[in-house]
Amino acid sequence: MRGRAALLAQVRTFFTGRGYLEVETPVLGRSGAADAQLAQFALSDPVYGSLYLQTSPEYTMKRLLASGSGSIFQITKAFRQGEVGRFHNPEFTLVEWYGVGYDHRRLIEEACTLIGRLIPSLEPGARLVSFRQAFRDLLGIDPIEDPMDLLQECAHTRLPSTRGLVLDDRDALLDLLMSHAVAPFFPSHGLTVITDYPASQAALARINPQGLADRFEIYCGALELANGFHEETRRDEYAARFAAEARKRRARGLPAIAQNEHLLAALALGDLPDCAGCALGFDRVLMLATDAAHINEVLAFPTEHT
Amino acid sequence: MSTYSTNEFKNGLKIMLDSDPCSIIENEFVKPGKGQAFNRVKIRNLKTGRVVERTFKSGDSVEGADVVDVEMQYLYSDGEFWYFMSPETYEQLGADKTAVGDSAKWLKEQALCLVTLWNGVPLSVEPPVHVVLKVAETDPGLRGDTSGGGGKPATLETGAVVRVPLFINVGDSLKVNTQTGEYIARAKE
Repeated sequence: MRGRAALLAQVRTFFTGRGYLEVETPVLGRSGAADAQLAQFALSDPVYGSLYLQTSPEYTMKRLLASGSGSIFQITKAFRQGEVGRFHNPEFTLVEWYGVGYDHRRLIEEACTLIGRLIPSLEPGARLVSFRQAFRDLLGIDPIEDPMDLLQECAHTRLPSTRGLVLDDRDALLDLLMSHAVAPFFPSHGLTVITDYPASQAALARINPQGLADRFEIYCGALELANGFHEETRRDEYAARFAAEARKRRARGLPAIAQNEHLLAALALGDLPDCAGCALGFDRVLMLATDAAHINEVLAFPTEHT
Repeated sequence: MSTYSTNEFKNGLKIMLDSDPCSIIENEFVKPGKGQAFNRVKIRNLKTGRVVERTFKSGDSVEGADVVDVEMQYLYSDGEFWYFMSPETYEQLGADKTAVGDSAKWLKEQALCLVTLWNGVPLSVEPPVHVVLKVAETDPGLRGDTSGGGGKPATLETGAVVRVPLFINVGDSLKVNTQTGEYIARAKE
């Protein structure tokens, strides 16, 4: 508890010292996240009908950015259904921030500086590796260009545990390889930053001229700590990506999520300012800072005990 | 038969895998923030005892295995089967060599064992942790040597061989740990 308080104070000092404005946006909203990989808690309300607990504050913070807030940060709760494990609790704390005028490179530096201050025991600095290079180095395959059957063969030979597992979705297959066969080999006492994601995993990041997403993830060992983008700024691109996720949801038989018309409307009035944004899993940082083996050790009351 | 979603996975859950009954011994939830969730599971095959690792997509379902542990009293063996009786229902069951395995050398009539049943058929047998068995064969005891240093092998009435102190004689009753196969003490008659 004391460790949490001290780290929260450090986060606030860090951002206010760099000119960020602390904001607070709703955790409860009338629309949810488009992302087909996130299961959100839906609640019912006699006035509004369906309400959702946010999976991240991304959309509301982007509405602030679109209306001219300048650089902002937030420490908030986020909620994701079915996520329970050593590193997951359905309710968790995110630190999310957007630097106006930043690109992802500058944001990576800032994020690694912050993490380094919060976890002083880490080796200083960070190792930057592109998504493609990480797969090449550890598996000898090209995750962007190689055909599906080659990736499938790689998964089945490298990971005997996947016997019988149907891997017909390219992104799911890449997720499997990344989490089971690539990330476990990242150095455990330092930060590894993976950059240049395949466009199919861009989420709301910009696609660069090489056709890759300006998205990054920061790992400590195999543990994912942060995810960030050089943000896509155009309204039409947002609408197109939301629609693509909605199609994925339909194809998988997942419940449809009301499109975030407010964000689209805000962007219609003027594109998002050029910015980069990052979300940091605060509980995981606290785990590393306090040498905890399970996320429940850093939560006052894990969901299991409520 | 019931099915279980990966969301219900927990240690000790009995599921079917490759047509064999298995028990989950470790379940790890792995999910990239923006990606597909998996359950990486360590599973013990209850027939062979082997531990394997399997990865499931979170949300997938697997068939449950009808596996229960019951306490049963060991009766006798006819060489092919070892017979056990439920002290509650008096139902009798025969367990074959594969099910009894190494436990056979500890089984003495009346002992209360933990019998694991799969679809009502014995899958494995666990003897009590501590048993008292008589020494059937050992080198003559050395009177006066109670130090316990050194030791010698002794064959017990059920066939198990354990290392015992030098002062132990044929006919002595010994308390033995069946999990470690170690001698604990001489038992009072």
